[in-house]
Amino acid sequence: MPKLGESVVEGTVSRWLKQEGETISEFEPLLEVSSDKVDSEIPSPAGGVLLKIYVPEGETVTAGTLLALIGQPGEAVPEKLADQPVAMSKPAVPEVSASAGGRGGNGGARISPVVARIAAEHQVDISRIKGTGIGGRVTKKDILAYVEGRSGTAPSPALPEELPPWERPGSGDLFKPTDDLYKPPTGRDDQPSGPASALPAGEIIPLSKMRRLIAEHMAASKRTAPHVTTVFEADMSAVTAHRKANLDAFAARGINLTYTAYFVAAAAYALRLHPIVNSRWMEEGILIQPEVAIGIAAAVDEGLIVPVIRRADELALPGLARQINDLASRARAGQLKPDDVQGGTFTITNHGVSGSLFATPIINQPQTAILGVGAIQKRVVVLDNDAIAVRPMVYLTLTFDHRVLDGATADRFMADIKKKLEEWEG
Amino acid sequence: MATSIQVESRIDDTGVSLDSALLLDMYWQMLRSRRLDERCWVLHRQGKIAFHISGMGHEAIQVAMAFAIRPGYDYALPYYRDLAFNLAMGYTPKEFMLAVFGKQGETTSGARQMPSHWGSRRLNIVSGSSPVATQVPQAAGMALAVKLRGEDRVAIADLGEGSTSEGDFYEGLNWAGVHKLPMICVVQNNIYAISVPVGLQMAVPNVADRAPMFGIAGAICDGNDVLASYRTVKEAVDRARAGQGATLIEAKTYRPVPHSSDDDDRTYRSREEVEQWKRRDPLARFQAYLLEKGLLTQTRIDEYEAQARDEIDAAQAGAEAAPYPPPEAALGPVFASDGV
Amino acid sequence: MPEMTLIDAIRQAMDEELARDKRVFITGEDVGPRGGVFRATVGLYDKYGPDRVIDSPLAELSIVGVGIGAALAGMRPICEIQFADFIHPAFNQIVNEAARYYYRSNGDWNVPMVIRAPYGGGIGGGLYHSQSVEAFFAHVPGLKVVIPSNPYDAKGLLKSAVRDPNPVLFFEPKKGYRLIRGDVPEDDYTVPLGTARVTRQGSDLTVYAYGMMHFYTLQAAEKAAAEDGIQAEVIDIRTLAPLDRVTVLESFKKTGKALIVHEDNRFMGYGAEIAALLSDEGFEYMDGPIRRLTGPDVPGVPFSHTMQDFFMPSVDKIAAAIRELAAY
Repeated sequence: MPKLGESVVEGTVSRWLKQEGETISEFEPLLEVSSDKVDSEIPSPAGGVLLKIYVPEGETVTAGTLLALIGQPGEAVPEKLADQPVAMSKPAVPEVSASAGGRGGNGGARISPVVARIAAEHQVDISRIKGTGIGGRVTKKDILAYVEGRSGTAPSPALPEELPPWERPGSGDLFKPTDDLYKPPTGRDDQPSGPASALPAGEIIPLSKMRRLIAEHMAASKRTAPHVTTVFEADMSAVTAHRKANLDAFAARGINLTYTAYFVAAAAYALRLHPIVNSRWMEEGILIQPEVAIGIAAAVDEGLIVPVIRRADELALPGLARQINDLASRARAGQLKPDDVQGGTFTITNHGVSGSLFATPIINQPQTAILGVGAIQKRVVVLDNDAIAVRPMVYLTLTFDHRVLDGATADRFMADIKKKLEEWEG
Repeated sequence: MATSIQVESRIDDTGVSLDSALLLDMYWQMLRSRRLDERCWVLHRQGKIAFHISGMGHEAIQVAMAFAIRPGYDYALPYYRDLAFNLAMGYTPKEFMLAVFGKQGETTSGARQMPSHWGSRRLNIVSGSSPVATQVPQAAGMALAVKLRGEDRVAIADLGEGSTSEGDFYEGLNWAGVHKLPMICVVQNNIYAISVPVGLQMAVPNVADRAPMFGIAGAICDGNDVLASYRTVKEAVDRARAGQGATLIEAKTYRPVPHSSDDDDRTYRSREEVEQWKRRDPLARFQAYLLEKGLLTQTRIDEYEAQARDEIDAAQAGAEAAPYPPPEAALGPVFASDGV
Repeated sequence: MPEMTLIDAIRQAMDEELARDKRVFITGEDVGPRGGVFRATVGLYDKYGPDRVIDSPLAELSIVGVGIGAALAGMRPICEIQFADFIHPAFNQIVNEAARYYYRSNGDWNVPMVIRAPYGGGIGGGLYHSQSVEAFFAHVPGLKVVIPSNPYDAKGLLKSAVRDPNPVLFFEPKKGYRLIRGDVPEDDYTVPLGTARVTRQGSDLTVYAYGMMHFYTLQAAEKAAAEDGIQAEVIDIRTLAPLDRVTVLESFKKTGKALIVHEDNRFMGYGAEIAALLSDEGFEYMDGPIRRLTGPDVPGVPFSHTMQDFFMPSVDKIAAAIRELAAY
């Protein structure tokens, strides 16, 4: 199990792309692993036959755990991991390169060495690409076009498990506590096992990893922080006008200017004015985060994911909009990396897109507050001179941790967001 | 600031006349050490062992040392990188595996010491500690005993270039010079003391430049050339045995791997430097030499590799199956009793 | 039986061991022709030659390190450190190496060596010729620490130390080198390590001491007996590590009151260990607080005699402490 990110110490095998007995080439995608709701595709470190899978789908193991054995057909394969470790280096007698182009008998298209290499470099699932070669083969042109068609994805660096262990540097601490070394790796919470007859009637939908994570997070958040929600209303006329005036200009630069960008900009501005909101509760004291990193909750097939815009206060509207575009599209395509979803200091969730006027969101731990954005709706409002007007209004709700903030502080923060939006000048 | 070194990529076998069985044995010792070392890195990354400190890249000078002395007769005081030396002296992969796993039956210390702290009465390899350079005055003391008894033994101690900054190094070699002791001190200069480059360790270009300070002989050799190293160490051993005093040998080599299993060497050196030195790998150089001389064939190489792998697999299996020491073994032995 | 000084008894022990066992040799600064700065080795160089009595470089670390090596190779070195104050450069070799060899090699390698050093104040030595260092080393498992208080014990204990297969630190009270005299048999006898001795019987309290302080304690006990009728029992510890716990506890069970005297600093000095032992294992026999009479907690014995005398325990101070504890 490779180390999937800076502070990621375990991963879950989500899907084996090869079964025991199948031939595999070096660099060919072998399995998918997930961590912190992000999926990565792992290419095979060697060519040969997948002799034995040790970690089945759905199981979570620590980084470094042996996942499978690849070798030559007919090799004796131990049932237990302890007996026969897999050397990380390539087999002494290389025979894969000659046959890497062939993959007999399985009905799939051939994968040429260069296509395999490009796929590995860009973490591409070749099965997603339409091949224009003979027999539907994915050619080099096909994969390059596919890669270029994806927006904002940087080629990933050489994956850790291609290098021998002594070239995969350690943590830097020469000695560490041994407490955890001599215990077997613990997986996620065990599934509660009750007898089947005790379950009530009705369909049981198995809990996906993401659902489980969301459940844990939400319950823990509510348990930990006393949640209070304050509601403000903002007149979006200025923003609407600005957006209308600039939409085409931004599109010409390849930026889809959404309302979200304005909300992020206003929030970043207010967080700078009220650092106490950009914080987290700790026993030692309230930690004021040095950086403003705003997460934007996005709905995906299985639930929610919150990619983060780092240094949101340092970006102007175009930069924010562009980042939002990139993160949103990668979230939809399931191509976010673990580092994209970590390090947020504040979160914005938009329930308005699904029609909600206002809601009371749950704080994204370990943050101090979360901003909920409702539907922008034309409403009748009473102006200062008692005249009646029709304006595009939006309810903004801030759920905050009452250990850190009091109502007055939270409201001052919200007042500044409201002001920024209502007086938007671009 | 790395010292710039002129190192040949060919093997210099001038003045070395060893029969082919010995040459192949040298190769075998270097190979099995390398493979055992690699396996321990794998075990660490798999989370199976807590610690490994590697001798990769140092195999040539170490095997040369073992072949230049008389194992079990002369006194040896090695340091923590000396896996190849110890294997060539007669230490086994199974014993080493017991040490890295900390299992009962571990031969050098009863698993009381971290791995790579060598020791064997049988082989006259002195039990080593972690404070560096302490073995230098002790080697002088052993050489003094040899001299007082009129024997023809020698005492050989080795250490890294960083350790030569300790006072122990100077005091030990001072004794060696004053009393013309039958002692060899080998410094394996791999340019880094963990992360500290040699330019911050000493102001002279060579450790061996310090030999005249002690009134002893000094010599420099290519530590990645097993035959050149052998020649240099053998000369020093012969000199000591003939009563002509001590030698300070500096073997120029490199550590292509981090200091120990959790070190991160990206923080203090470039990948280019590492790659450059990998092209001077001692095992690869000797293999090329032996192939050229017709002493090795690809078939023979494969046989050696298979042999090494089998030996290591068996060693690992044996160690994994062995029990841990009982907790109360922590209590002794503290004092020797009379009659020892 | 001849009477001789403490230093003569020490020399005689070394002389006899050099003659008896070819593996024994002496090394240290000035031990050769000069015979040592306290003349501990006078005559030995002439008698045994430069291969048995070896002048070392001025380098305590390697006096000990070389000694360790020689011991590992089967010799029996007696390493002299000129003053205990200068043993500190050798601390690493003593504590990390000599003490741990046997344990770390699972009994494969042992270090049969003696490290001798004059220790203690009262000779106008100031901070760096008066130190007591026994507490540092008695603390380390794997080392033996021996301090004689009289010529008979000095010869017998040093011979035992030379013959012991473990590293032994032998600290000699330098003030008593010529002050302390006693009868010493000329034959080959040993005093076993690890044994304390009751040097005066009594029932009112026990005074534990070693080295020069034991010499003064005996006088103080006589004074208290003569002037106040107090009968103090006196224990000469002799081997600080491993301690003769039986003798120490037996006396305490008898008297119920303990006074420990040492010239070393008070805090974390050897007396603290005796006090802890007595309060732990002799609790039911305790009849009074366990007291320590020691040097003060300052960084050294000062040179000028008024301050030096303030620092050092004396017969009068010990007698006063005896009276006070007896009256409790």
